[in-house]
Amino acid sequence: MTTAQMIFGRLTWDSFPWHEPIVVATFCAVVLGGAALAAALTYFKLWGYLWKEWFTSVDHKKIGIMYMVLGLIMFLRGFADAIMMRLQQALAFNGSEGYLNAHHYDQVFTAHGVIMIFFVAMPFITGLMNYIVPLQIGARDVSFPFLNNFSFWMTTGGAVLVMASLFLGEFAQTGWLAYPPLSGIDYSPATGVDYYIWALQVAGVGTTLSGINLIATIVKMRAPGMSLMKMPVFTWTSLCANVLIVASFPILTATLVLLSLDRYAGTNFFTNDFGGNPMMYVNLIWIWGHPEVYILILPLFGVFSEVTSTFSGKRLFGYTSMVYATCTIMVLSYLVWLHHFFTMGSGASVNSFFGITTMIISIPTGAKLFNWLFTMYRGRIRFELPMMWTVAFMLTFTIGGMTGVMLAVPPADFVLHNSLFLIAHFHNVIIGGVLFGLFAAINYWWPKAFGFKLNVFWGKVSFWCWQVGFWMAFTPLYIMGLMGVTRRMRVFDDPSLQIWFVIAAIGAAIVAAGIGAMLVQFAVSIWKRDELKVEGDPWDGRTLEWATSSPPPEYNFAFTPVVYDADSWADMKKNGYQRPLTGYQPIHMPSSTGSGVILAALATLCGFALIWYIWWLAGLSFIGMIGYAIFHTFNYKRDFYIPVEDVTRTEEERTRILAAGV
Amino acid sequence: MSSATATTEPRAYHLPEEPHLHEGHSTMLGFWMYLMSDCLIFAILFATYAVLGGNFAGGPGPKDLFDLPLIALNTAMLLFSSITYGFAMLAMEKNKVSATQGWLFVTLLFGGAFLFIELYEFSHLIHEGAGPWRSAFLSAFFTLVGTHGLHVTFGSIWLITLMVQVAKKGLIPANKRRLMCLSLFWHFLDVIWIGVFTFVYLMGVLR
Repeated sequence: MTTAQMIFGRLTWDSFPWHEPIVVATFCAVVLGGAALAAALTYFKLWGYLWKEWFTSVDHKKIGIMYMVLGLIMFLRGFADAIMMRLQQALAFNGSEGYLNAHHYDQVFTAHGVIMIFFVAMPFITGLMNYIVPLQIGARDVSFPFLNNFSFWMTTGGAVLVMASLFLGEFAQTGWLAYPPLSGIDYSPATGVDYYIWALQVAGVGTTLSGINLIATIVKMRAPGMSLMKMPVFTWTSLCANVLIVASFPILTATLVLLSLDRYAGTNFFTNDFGGNPMMYVNLIWIWGHPEVYILILPLFGVFSEVTSTFSGKRLFGYTSMVYATCTIMVLSYLVWLHHFFTMGSGASVNSFFGITTMIISIPTGAKLFNWLFTMYRGRIRFELPMMWTVAFMLTFTIGGMTGVMLAVPPADFVLHNSLFLIAHFHNVIIGGVLFGLFAAINYWWPKAFGFKLNVFWGKVSFWCWQVGFWMAFTPLYIMGLMGVTRRMRVFDDPSLQIWFVIAAIGAAIVAAGIGAMLVQFAVSIWKRDELKVEGDPWDGRTLEWATSSPPPEYNFAFTPVVYDADSWADMKKNGYQRPLTGYQPIHMPSSTGSGVILAALATLCGFALIWYIWWLAGLSFIGMIGYAIFHTFNYKRDFYIPVEDVTRTEEERTRILAAGV
Repeated sequence: MSSATATTEPRAYHLPEEPHLHEGHSTMLGFWMYLMSDCLIFAILFATYAVLGGNFAGGPGPKDLFDLPLIALNTAMLLFSSITYGFAMLAMEKNKVSATQGWLFVTLLFGGAFLFIELYEFSHLIHEGAGPWRSAFLSAFFTLVGTHGLHVTFGSIWLITLMVQVAKKGLIPANKRRLMCLSLFWHFLDVIWIGVFTFVYLMGVLR
């Protein structure tokens, strides 16, 4: 071992992808953009503000917004991957190799899946739950505010590792679940799978801790009077999603530990020799993986419930059945994992069991859809942007759900397995369910978070681009899947398929226009925020988050609310609730701390060192992490009181605004 | 009906006084959930051992490798450490700082003895050519038992930290809460070990 290897592990000049012009160009763009951003932040002296007010903040609202920003940035990266694949597949016909070589293309489809699930969908839903849940239950913050900040930075650390793989070494070429033996050291000796493992491990710690945090918050910190069956539906679905997180992410952690032991320590869990069994990995990863998709969709079911009931001006139809359906889905999601590999030799009896459990899930899901429809029935529906996304979801998701039931039939699955039909199906439910739900949620709660509505025109442009683009991009995939075209192909021999891929690529371009329109929508709305300004309750909301100002003060509620009804704010409005104007008290709040940032940075560094075999750095950063965590526990002063004068000033300001509004 | 009651007696929609959630109100629940998530990690390792534990790949099996008297001694060390931790908690309830510290120290010694014997066992196995890379059985064995050992190691570091904190600040509520958490953690590791002892060692020698 040379000195350079001792110091830098396997990191050398050749680790930089000099020979890949696309990557080099991207790298230059990122460096220039990053430098410009850093320069701007320095010029406007914003570093101190960001550090004090945001990075070290333990305020659940600010952490929620940071999660959303992280999700948005990673969404653009993941979508760039999608566009690259669509373009490659539209071009690579008639002997053309397209513009991506196999090495690059395989990384692109792996990164697309990993980023979209772990670093887009997860931060988005975690951010949403973080922001909304404490407000909906009338709490001042989450149960463990420091842990919340730490969780966010761990998620960010994982995202940083994935992004680093673009410019240093390579990402996995294994598909998003990295099945062994392909992901073993023999077939993937380079850094790709190691980036995959450590990015997910670092982010996974954050996700598990934030799941524990939100469960404790919902169980322990509800406002007086809010029994479980008086919780808003979004809080219910968040509770179920977080139970799923805590009960499934440790499985991912353990599974990836076993895979990394195979790669680093030469064990034989999933190898072909010495008694290893790759099927063990496939089972374990899907025991986590199937609950994961319900972690993503359940909170959005909650969003649709809130939006439907608010914009229909009615109480949600079938609240109780909605809660039971959510809980049923939560339990059933653990009993279906094998449907992801019907073709991998489990036999007819086992396949039947898992096929049937899978089909049963469509019953509670169907019940939910009918509940939303009956909520709309005879409602005074306002087709604002959140409601438009909700209706689009109902149509899109139903079709995605039905193709899912088709895939749940084992004999059909033997035909459709691993085909573009599957790809179309899960994009149909994830885009149609998770993304549409997020867009509904962003349009719905944006005024809550920032005090002004989003521009409707650009919102509608984005909406229609998404609808048209989505179906244009994925209908061809359904058709080709039925014709037997398999997924993850880089080049094609049959020229008759090209037209479908061209249509799909045009669809993706229209979706890109939709994303562009959404960014314009944000920009225009921020630009013209004075015209779009709203008071606390712009939609005639029904749940507690609308009872306070928009944006809420850091303490959320000047007085702890008392709840009598599931639609507590609607109940308060109906009974002529008067906002108290005197008698304010000092409010007990948690203090900001930089420990979360520092610990997560050390964890990310440790992951990076392990990826590159820089053992001294891995050891040092690990010891640093333990040491710093211990050091942090010696700080016993973690809270402060907001003085009553500050509360009074904030509340009197609101009284003035309210009076001016009337 | 509800509107009738509302007109006669207006509902109070907020608390006039700020409710003081006591410090650490969610800690025990949160820590319990963490333990259950940790328990799932062990569940996966047990399941992996159950599936792969018979795959010797022509190498040595449990009967050739396990030294039951040594493991019985080791088990005794861990069980004693749980009892002494319990004594520490009893002393803590009576606010006796030095007795608490004393029992914690005894616990640490037992924990250390457990780790020492485990490391001896591991090095002995590796020396005999039965390292974790030899077969899937040994991979699963070392990972399950080693993960438990790592937990005991981190528990010991935590124990030392808490002893320092008790020495500095005394048995203040925050420190009591931390000792309670570690107590849960320590007993949890005991329960896991009973599973390991039964499932891996005893049944391994039987079959």
